[in-house]
Formats: sequence, C-alpha cells, structure tokens
Amino acid sequence: MDTANLIRVDDYEWRIEPFGEMRVPAVLYADEVLIHDMDDKVFDQIVNVAKLPGIVNAAYAMPDAHWGYGFPIGGVAAFDADKGGIVSGGGVGFDISCGVRTMTTGLTAADIKANAESLADALFREIPAGLGSKSDISLTMEQMDAVLIGGASWAVEQGYGDAADLERIEERGKMAGARPDYVSDKAKKRQLREMGTLGSGNHYLEIQQIDGIYDENAAEKFGLRRGEIVVTIHCGSRGLGHQIGTEYLAEMVASAQSFGLNLPDRELACAPINSDLGKRYLGAMRAGINCALANREIITHFARQVFSRFYPEAKLNLLFDVSHNTCKLEEHAVNGEKKKLYVHRKGATRAFGPEHPSLPESLRDIGQPVLIGGSMGTSSHVLVGAPTSEQKAFSSACHGAGRAMSRHAATRKWRGSTLMEELAEKGILIRSPSARGVAEEAPGAYKDVNRVVDTAEKTGLARKVAKLRPMICIKG
Amino acid sequence: MPENIIDAPLEKLLGWKHFPHAADIGILGFGPAPHWAFEQAAIALTAVITVKPIDLAEHVLIFCSAGNMEDLFVAWLNAVTYEMAVRDMVFGDYVVRLAEGRLCGAAYGETIDQKRHQPACEVKGATYTELRVAQEENGIWTARCIVDV
Repeated sequence: MDTANLIRVDDYEWRIEPFGEMRVPAVLYADEVLIHDMDDKVFDQIVNVAKLPGIVNAAYAMPDAHWGYGFPIGGVAAFDADKGGIVSGGGVGFDISCGVRTMTTGLTAADIKANAESLADALFREIPAGLGSKSDISLTMEQMDAVLIGGASWAVEQGYGDAADLERIEERGKMAGARPDYVSDKAKKRQLREMGTLGSGNHYLEIQQIDGIYDENAAEKFGLRRGEIVVTIHCGSRGLGHQIGTEYLAEMVASAQSFGLNLPDRELACAPINSDLGKRYLGAMRAGINCALANREIITHFARQVFSRFYPEAKLNLLFDVSHNTCKLEEHAVNGEKKKLYVHRKGATRAFGPEHPSLPESLRDIGQPVLIGGSMGTSSHVLVGAPTSEQKAFSSACHGAGRAMSRHAATRKWRGSTLMEELAEKGILIRSPSARGVAEEAPGAYKDVNRVVDTAEKTGLARKVAKLRPMICIKG
Repeated sequence: MPENIIDAPLEKLLGWKHFPHAADIGILGFGPAPHWAFEQAAIALTAVITVKPIDLAEHVLIFCSAGNMEDLFVAWLNAVTYEMAVRDMVFGDYVVRLAEGRLCGAAYGETIDQKRHQPACEVKGATYTELRVAQEENGIWTARCIVDV
C-alpha cells in the first residue's frame, strides 16, 4: 500500500481522514512492513466501508488485513441501527462464523511423538476433511432446524460434545435470535450431510505444542503450560453458511436501490438493520452461527474419540471457541456513552477485555482468549483481549497471518508432496486429501504471523499469551 | 486469447484461465458468444477444485435467471456450485443456452472421489468482485469473477 495517502499516527497506526463520501475516518493497524505489504485494494475497500450509512467512529483494518469482498478481510465496522445503520452480507462473508477453537490436553510433546504417525492417520481417517468427505451424521430438515436454533448446545444434547464446553464458547454455544425460517430449504439441504466436517481451503485440525509463554499469569488461567499439547480446530458453517451468504448477497444487491443505497462496490451489498431484509438476514446469519458452533463441537467430539484410544487418561478441555466472520449486537462505549451497535468482523476476532460481562466467571478477571491461526508450518498464537481493545476497534483483533501470495502463485512456487516432506523433516506431519491443496496453503504463501500478533499487541488490540508450534496438521 | 475472432480457428476461440486474487481465485471463460464464455468459465471453476480426469457419465440440468448478464453469470456459477455440493458430484463439462435473461444448462460429471479427483479446495460461492461479462475489442466474449474458496 502506498503510505503517501495515509496519515501516520504512530509506529503501528495509520489513518485515512474522511474524503469524498466517507462518513468516518479509516484506521489501519500495521507496522511499517505490514502496511507496505498490504494490497492497495485494502485501501479502496476500507474507504468504501467508511462510506456506509450509520457507521460509528471509524472503519478499521486489522494487522492481517488483505483484499476481500466489499469489506477487506481483517475489516471491522460497527453500525447504529437508530442512525440508519446497515447490516452487510459482504461484511460477514460466505463462511458465516468461521472460527477457531483450542483445547488443552495435558499431554506432552513426547506423548505425541510416541504415536505421531498413527495418531495423524487416525485423525485423518475419522475427521472428514476436504471436498467430498462426509461424517456419518445425516439430518432431516427438522433436525437441521434444531441445529440452527441450538448450536453447540444441540450437539451436546445429541451426545456430540461435553456440556462443560458451552461456557467456553461465544454466546455460551447458542446464538440468540436465530431464525431457521429465514434460511432457505436449499441452504439447509446443502448442510444435511455436512455436519462434523472440516471443509477445505485454509481449514484444519492441528495438534500443537506450546512453544513459548509470553504472559505467565494469563497462560496459567488458560491452562497453557510450555511443552504441553493443545488441539486446535479451524472451520465454519460449511455449505449452509455459504448458501445463506450467496442468497442474501444477491437479494441485497438487487434491493440496494430501493433502500436508496448508492454502493461503491456491489460486494458491499447491505440492507438497513431495521428493514425487513436486514432483519431476515440477521436471523439467517445467526442460524448460520449456530451451525458453525455445532459443527466445531461435533468435530471436537470426533477428536476426543480418537485421543481416548491413544491416551485414555487425557482430557481435552475447551479453552475457548471464537468466530471471526460475524455481525453481532454488542454494547460499546462511544464518546463516553454506552450504545448497542452491530459490529461486523470480517476475518477479525472478537477480543473482549477483562471484566466483560459476557465472559464466563473463570475468565472474567483476565479477558477473552483470542485464537490466531497459523499456516501449517508456522506458529499459531493465543492472545487475550486487552483493556484497550474496545477503544481501539470495538474489541477486535486479527484472526491469522493473512495471505501474502495468491493460491495461483503458490502452486507455481511449491509442490505439495515436496512441502509435506520438508515439513515432516521439521517434525510437522501433514495429512490432506490433496497435494495441490497443500501447495495452495504453503506456509510461505502467508504473511509473518509473528509480526501480525506483535503488531496486535503493540497497538493494544490484544495481548500475547502463548505461541503454539504445529506437530500434526489435518488439512481440509 | 486469440487476437481476432474472424481469423482464429474455433478451438482457439474457446478457453478459460485462472487469475490471481489475494485470498481466493479468479476464473475467466472466453468464447465467440456469451454462452460459450459461461461454459468455459464453469470449466475454470471445476479446475479450481480438480484438474484430474472426470467421467462425464451423468448430467444435471440447471436453470437460472437474472436481470442482467453479469448477475446471470454469478447465478450460473452459484447454481453449478450448489449442484456439486448437494449431489456430491464434480462436473467436467458444461452446455449453456441463453435467452432473454434466462439460462438453461447441463453439467456433466460424476460422483466425487477423493482419491481419484484429489480436490484441492471447495468453492464456497461466486462473488461480484472483478465481475465482468463483456465482448472484447477482438469480438471475443469474456465472463469473469473471483470465486470464494
């Protein structure tokens, strides 16, 4: 990105003052390297977001921001319904409630190394990954509606998961306001055989070793000890979320003129929150969130079954489950006044600081775990919401490394089979249905995740707690 | 892409390619008429998923409509994506006919087999980003957009 068009606030914050039809400024959190590496499209897209009706304070780009659809990926914006604020399908994305959950195991790296190959094979065999893979779960349309209302609670009720998990999931595992009746039969049909599946692309299940602790106090609260093993899952609402996104985006594009919305980019398609379309989208999107929460809970159950065979004494305890493609109604302080706002996070993680009332008692004094995914060969990170998170970007932080190279370029540069051999030599076992898929997701195709989380900490978006090193990756 | 529609042999008038996007993939189809560009773009969509051989034994009929050619193109790609998802199929060839904002198409393929097709990724949906359906200066029609994977 050309920094000549930005105002440098400090070493980690850049600002675009309103021009043209912008209603608020845009704020980008990045260090010198990250800002230069950001695509110019991020500039265009964050400026466009700042033009949307009812936007509050500013449009924000997280340190991992990159070119998305309408909103940049790594984009955050909050809207006030009483000021004509909108909800945007493009501001949530196709994979509604895509997110990450991490579980502690109490196991050590030596425990995993003793069974690494057979554990990787068992996880790959029993956790459906990649296009065309299915679990044994097949739902009726009525059962699908129950999933969309109940979320992870539904999964636990059906025997997939543990009731103790629920308090460690955003919304206690069940998003209120979900309206299955606003989800089309096509979307539901697309999901009937997809519960408990990872999907593909950048989705994965990883066995990770805790490689470093930055904040002893927070790590202790989170149950993270250096050298121990955690299991992390990254996936979303699968076909259902994709279909909801596709259908509502088309309807929002077609309806924009009737709402008097002059969209600078059709992918910014949106509807007033208080309109019928806005309300229907929110109801359907919340149903999509529940689908994702149930999906990750079921995959957790499958992972626990595999671990119980290898390590009967091990208990996989959920640290936390966070979504990074959502729009949520939250209370935030704006100019000293508490306001209920619709916060869009597109490729951005919620990061509530200490004492936030939505946090479970066990985490309230320390803050919300913020889970940042790596890219097969690189580290993942656990952060915690900081007291400054709210003021910086409506309690939001980055969600991953962010791509530095297109899939197209990655497949020209790397061969999947060679990559898997190289990673195996480093002690990282990859299991994937597609060598080309592995090449597309090559660690080198992503930005430096360490720099991204360093920037998140330096800006006060979140604080670093622990660094995780991959040992086994089941790649979708 | 050929320089001139008049002089080029038919096989050179048809084709597809991928173009880069930061996180996802751009697909482009071209041909001497819009329906060929739509067919070729759908082949490009399949190539996002797999480049392995696909048996064309089964077919699925697809119908969609929209107010303009670009929206129709997005609707077509999303319909193809949907049929692949709910039928567990992968399509290797397509036939499209267009008339007055309506599309009638057929997608030919087989049940997806992870071992044989080794799908690299799943297409979530077609987007309006980089969306363009137009006749170029050389007379060739192109249809393009970014697909979310």
